[in-house]
Amino acid sequence: MKSLAELKAIKEKVKKPVDYKILVGMATCGVAAGAGPVMDSFSKIISEKNLTNIELKLTGCIGICRLEPLVEVYDKKGNRYTYVKMTAERVAEVMEKHIIGGMPVTEYLIYDEPGQPLQNILDTKFFKKQVRIALRNCGIINPENIDDYIERDGYTALGKVLTQMKPDEVIQTMMDSGLRGRGGAGFPTGLKWKFAAAAKGDQKYVCCNADEGDPGAFMDRSVLEGDPHSVLEAMAIAGFAIGSNQGYIYVRAEYPTAVKRLYIAIKQAKEYGLLGKNIFNTGFDFDIELRLGAGAFVCGEETALMTSIEGKRGEPRPRPPFPANKGLFGVPTILNNVETFANVAEIINKGAAWFSSIGTEKSKGTKVFAVGGKIHTTGLVEIPMGTTLREVLYDICGGIPNGKAFKAAQTGGPSGGCIPAEHLDIKIDYDSLISIGAMMGSGGLIVMDEDNCMVDIARFFLGFTVDESCGKCPPCRIGTRRMLEILDRITSGNSEPEDLNRLERLAGSIKESALCALGQTAPNPILSTIKYFRKEYETHIIDKKCPTCVCKELLNYYIDPEKCTGCSVCSRNCPVKCISGQIKSPFVIDNEKCIKCGTCMTKCKFGAISRK
Amino acid sequence: MCQNCSLDEKDKKLQDVIAKYKDTKGALIPVLHEAQTIYGYLPLTVQEKVAEGLSVPLSEVYGVVTFYTNFSLYPKGQYKISLCLGTACYVKGSSLVLDELKKQLGIEVGQCTADGKFSLDACRCLGACGLAPVMMINEDVYGTLVPGDVAGILKKY
Repeated sequence: MKSLAELKAIKEKVKKPVDYKILVGMATCGVAAGAGPVMDSFSKIISEKNLTNIELKLTGCIGICRLEPLVEVYDKKGNRYTYVKMTAERVAEVMEKHIIGGMPVTEYLIYDEPGQPLQNILDTKFFKKQVRIALRNCGIINPENIDDYIERDGYTALGKVLTQMKPDEVIQTMMDSGLRGRGGAGFPTGLKWKFAAAAKGDQKYVCCNADEGDPGAFMDRSVLEGDPHSVLEAMAIAGFAIGSNQGYIYVRAEYPTAVKRLYIAIKQAKEYGLLGKNIFNTGFDFDIELRLGAGAFVCGEETALMTSIEGKRGEPRPRPPFPANKGLFGVPTILNNVETFANVAEIINKGAAWFSSIGTEKSKGTKVFAVGGKIHTTGLVEIPMGTTLREVLYDICGGIPNGKAFKAAQTGGPSGGCIPAEHLDIKIDYDSLISIGAMMGSGGLIVMDEDNCMVDIARFFLGFTVDESCGKCPPCRIGTRRMLEILDRITSGNSEPEDLNRLERLAGSIKESALCALGQTAPNPILSTIKYFRKEYETHIIDKKCPTCVCKELLNYYIDPEKCTGCSVCSRNCPVKCISGQIKSPFVIDNEKCIKCGTCMTKCKFGAISRK
Repeated sequence: MCQNCSLDEKDKKLQDVIAKYKDTKGALIPVLHEAQTIYGYLPLTVQEKVAEGLSVPLSEVYGVVTFYTNFSLYPKGQYKISLCLGTACYVKGSSLVLDELKKQLGIEVGQCTADGKFSLDACRCLGACGLAPVMMINEDVYGTLVPGDVAGILKKY
């Protein structure tokens, strides 16, 4: 492609009129929920009935996971209808009544309350407060067709940058926008590019961190599966800004659909000359290679990621030297997260002032959150910085199900902290979260309710960190293991009174002395849960009890003599024969022998057995 | 995996892969990924061939293979089950699904059934948290799992 005019011609070319446009959500969640047969069913009926005025295509993540498979229908007047929980059978009905008959099938349309259908996803409480910048094309375009991306102004930002701007103007725009790294650390993106641009070197690299390893996070997966070109275009812009002509995308192997769509996108961009040599006839070359991760969480850390691309064990390196001066293969390198890149083209097209008008004073733009756990509507939520946690959980995601009370929300995964009920009205931005002992993280937001044990959750996170520690530095390799041993003791009833102090002292030393962010942030979930749920820890340690009955070894099973009919079913099923009694008299459990398996409670037909 | 290939055919495919990546910087991990696709796992014999082909010490290859959880020194099943024990899945009860998988298959995490059909691994996050609890069997993803779903899913394979 030699000019912007050619790009515009493609954009105009794809606007052919159709009677109906049907999009089937086929990101990983959609396919897992059964979108494959839905797509096949549409395809078959359209072919059998020889309908030539229908456009059927796959799309990425539409956003509401619990209602997958999702299908969007646009008619020629531009009316949009969102069908949910689609099946092959429902497809037949929608085809007959809506596509051919012209009447939408209201009982299959999206809803806030069951039985009260709305027209499309934009009408839902889930979508009303969202502002979609990074996710602007997800669920709208076919990610496997570059023409769809171009129709939505794709590659115009790259064209503008290469033909109308100088590298330092691009960097200034990024700095003025206030965009901060969306991977978790929140470092100003423009400043990072500025350092790399100033570094000396003929060879520089642009890397994209697509190793989204935080358990509970799937924002980057959705961008890669739904809008991969947004990342490619941004990397080329970054390359122009810093003086690099080679990019690497490090993507985790656990995302096969994202990998496939990235390969397709790179191939298509090269075919159009939007990657490769002499882009837009400006003499600027930029190429992108994919590198797959191999299942190491630590490779999401900047220097470990670069070491992994170099073909080595993913062990981090001390800084200085910083990657902007000496990074991948020893040359100046920038590394940005997928979501950070997904914002770049819009900032170039709409301007820094537009972007910085959204958000708070020091956190501009929007943030994508992957909301999961004990919440009514799980899914991806993109909200302006400064939205409160209460708005996200209650206005957008429908609150806590089953009438349970909210207990805490975890952000930042195993590096982050929890936000308790007292801080529900916190305005979400980088600095406000740090001020309460939490952090933004990459965007995973796990909700916990009154039935979750915060000590167990802390132990869970630390177990993950211990597994994933690369082993290079003693504070992390040995320190986190020692912390885990203490937490194991606490959750199994073997704790010592000194354990809480030991945990806090260890946490402090590890934070100060570990080599990389994995080790430095490993104690965060423990420190945060101790800060807000100290009483729960003390109950485990001093009373040897778990208030939420989660820590199995601290539970005692108990037979209520008022309800027990003496039927002996529990005793006969007990694997260790610790329940004794006489027929038609209340039975008794010997808690010394009990292994807390819970079989008796499951078998009892009279609800006579409980645990506390 | 080239299940129907002879060992000679697999060795030839590996040599082609090594030739493809010979001039690529940081080629070791991409080569190991493709080698594992060919052989199903990475025993020392395969590691030796990779080391020789890329002129990298065997100790370095072994160090990389043992660092990354995706690489396996031992055979995997024809169908690789990967159950997510990430935060969202854990909070929604994935450990109960794991117990049921272990019961149905009669193996522990990291093991393979005697007939080589299924291997069981726990992984940390598949990124499909909206459908927690989640597992993958090869490239098929299953979501919103309860222990009662396990038997029906296994029957499909």
